[in-house]
Amino acid sequence: MNELYGPIIRDGLWKNNPALVQLLGLCPLLAVSNTVINGLGLGLATIITLVASNGLVSLLRKQIPDEARLPVFVLIIASIVTVIELSMNAWFHELYLILGIFIPLIVTNCAITGRAEAFAARNPVGPALVDGFMMGLGFTAVLVLLGAMRELIGLGTLFSEAHLMFGEAARGFSIVVFEDYRGFLMALLPPGAFIGLGLIVALKNVIDARETTQVQTVEPVAEAATS
Amino acid sequence: MSAFRDHILRVGLILAAFAIGATTLVVLTENRTHEKIIDNERQTLLKAINAVIAKDQYNNEILADTLMLDANKQLGTNDSSIIYRARLNNEPAAVVLSAIAPNGYNGKIKLLVGIAFDGSLTGVRVISHKETPGLGDKIDTKKADWILNFKSLSLSNPDESKWKVKKDGGQFDQFTGATITPRAVVTAVKNALLYFDAHRDELFAISETEK
Repeated sequence: MNELYGPIIRDGLWKNNPALVQLLGLCPLLAVSNTVINGLGLGLATIITLVASNGLVSLLRKQIPDEARLPVFVLIIASIVTVIELSMNAWFHELYLILGIFIPLIVTNCAITGRAEAFAARNPVGPALVDGFMMGLGFTAVLVLLGAMRELIGLGTLFSEAHLMFGEAARGFSIVVFEDYRGFLMALLPPGAFIGLGLIVALKNVIDARETTQVQTVEPVAEAATS
Repeated sequence: MSAFRDHILRVGLILAAFAIGATTLVVLTENRTHEKIIDNERQTLLKAINAVIAKDQYNNEILADTLMLDANKQLGTNDSSIIYRARLNNEPAAVVLSAIAPNGYNGKIKLLVGIAFDGSLTGVRVISHKETPGLGDKIDTKKADWILNFKSLSLSNPDESKWKVKKDGGQFDQFTGATITPRAVVTAVKNALLYFDAHRDELFAISETEK
């Protein structure tokens, strides 16, 4: 179990993170990551879409002819997104009013086509669902982190407008970190998104590089332990 | 050659089957959600209307008491818009109309303006805008209460010449770092009031469709 799903989980969250390593789905990522709540909203919608599309593609993988796989993926993803949008509009209207604008953006997220092509089309349903969820989670984590950075630097707050997503009870979630902050507009505008994402990618590379050197020195011990 | 053609045909048919399946899924969902969505949209609209005119100021079916208005330069609308008419015990109480400030810092600012029969504002709300986050977006009630100050003002309160931001010699506050946005909103609200002033009786007249 762990041998099968462990690598999938590590891939999605860290090693092959869609936003940091594959650099997929940057269009929605950069567009809406200006606050934590926006990032979280798009992240959740992406997780749902990724799980559904990975599951469906994997389920139908034997029926999908190789030559026509891309149009079929597009059909599947576009209809899933439409179904999710309509269902949310009908049954979670309040949430839809906030996330509604993000949902069509998901169609343009190539991370979803990417996972369908690279993973779901070649693997059984179980791993495909886990892959979709983990990739979505990895994407969400970056969105929330980037959103937090930009919101903190740009507005001096965190979790502002949480009530739009979690209801009136969440009004208190909002934290004003710097009182009387004048704001730093660039962090909120598109350049801030590029710079922020660049910094996060750089940070990940630094951590990876440090880990590699550490692993090299402790490797013999680790191997002895597993064998 | 014919094997190749068969193959293409087979792939084409499978693709068509997927297209039919996907479309069916969307159509079924649309069928199941259609009415609920319309109902939700009505509720949302009603909520927006009730933000600019208090519920206790009218008792008619406001969503049904409407007037279609063609594109209007003074209101800044490029398309026909719907005017909602509030009545209290069949007496005209207020209208809710859409106005667009074409000269925001970053494009159009769509407003919903409620005007009472006596020409005073019952409320103004921004419906959509693309103003700069942190600066111009204070016109939105989510960010600041600035727009609430319009309530109960009219063309005589303050005087018509004072319907400007302070920087232009008027009485309305601008925001630190953003004058263009509030200027655009103040002008649009003033124009809406001028429009109402000139057309009040037409706006409340019962239209043909309702008789």
